[in-house]
Amino acid sequence: MSTIDITKDLENATLTVTSVFEASPERVWQLWSDPRQLERWWGPSPYPATVVDHDLRPGGRVSYYMTSPEGDKHHGYWRVLDVTPPHRLVLEDGFADEDGQPDADLPTNTTIVTVEAIDDTGTRMTIEGVYSTSEAFEQVLGMGVTEGIRIAVSQIDAVLADG
Amino acid sequence: MLSAAGSGGLTASIYNRMVVDMEATITMPDVTTERADDVFGALADATRRDILARTMGRELAVSELAACYPMSFAAVQKHVAVLERAGLVRKRADGRRRVVTTDMDGLRRAQVVLDHFESLWRGRVERMHGLIDEERSASAIAAPNRQEHV
Repeated sequence: MSTIDITKDLENATLTVTSVFEASPERVWQLWSDPRQLERWWGPSPYPATVVDHDLRPGGRVSYYMTSPEGDKHHGYWRVLDVTPPHRLVLEDGFADEDGQPDADLPTNTTIVTVEAIDDTGTRMTIEGVYSTSEAFEQVLGMGVTEGIRIAVSQIDAVLADG
Repeated sequence: MLSAAGSGGLTASIYNRMVVDMEATITMPDVTTERADDVFGALADATRRDILARTMGRELAVSELAACYPMSFAAVQKHVAVLERAGLVRKRADGRRRVVTTDMDGLRRAQVVLDHFESLWRGRVERMHGLIDEERSASAIAAPNRQEHV
């Protein structure tokens, strides 16, 4: 089983996830740069993601939606703040309306992805999520969406453990 | 308090729906989020974090705390009040002293918020590994069954 290290920094409301892949940095980068691959890991299993637009350039936009088991679409977007393939990606992740337009009233997160070779066969990926405002936390928790996702993820973990 | 829940009505209701879908099968744990805003605001200051560290598992008088910092008694008192409002410390009278101690439940509430994001990302990174492992297995033509990790 792959190792995933997660550090939570309460004071700064920051979460840091680190994992080593037995693959090249270029291959790991494709997880983010190829929309078809992104679709396969971004959404929790009952809510698969569909990527609509994918422009991974500074100032570019990625828009996606997740589809509920009933067929309802939940929209989100990334705003690309900085990108250096295949090593660094900084994005703002937020909610969008039905037309895919960012919803300014709902919280955004800043995510910093770093991909670096550690030896000939391994690549370390670090994801730092900065949940910038505490108000954002409150809103998201108020909507309960993270709890929904948390439950979904634990179900996936159970499936993986069985496999 | 949840100003955006009103103005972001449509999306918020969609997400509420999403959660209701999930709740249909699983009971939500009891999560108190009312003071999340206060909690992170309180933790954003170095002096307040230090007060929390000093009062963890023991009671200190406000005057004893005040002696630790190059600031007025009133300023320290104000920091303690912010922590108290966020539910991170409890204050009680002990004779003529007013003693302060860390409220561990308050700290745990803050923890819960980040726990949500931890689970979300753990699932995502697991799926990333799944994708790459799947590809490696597929390329191992001579061995159709999944090989052990090296």
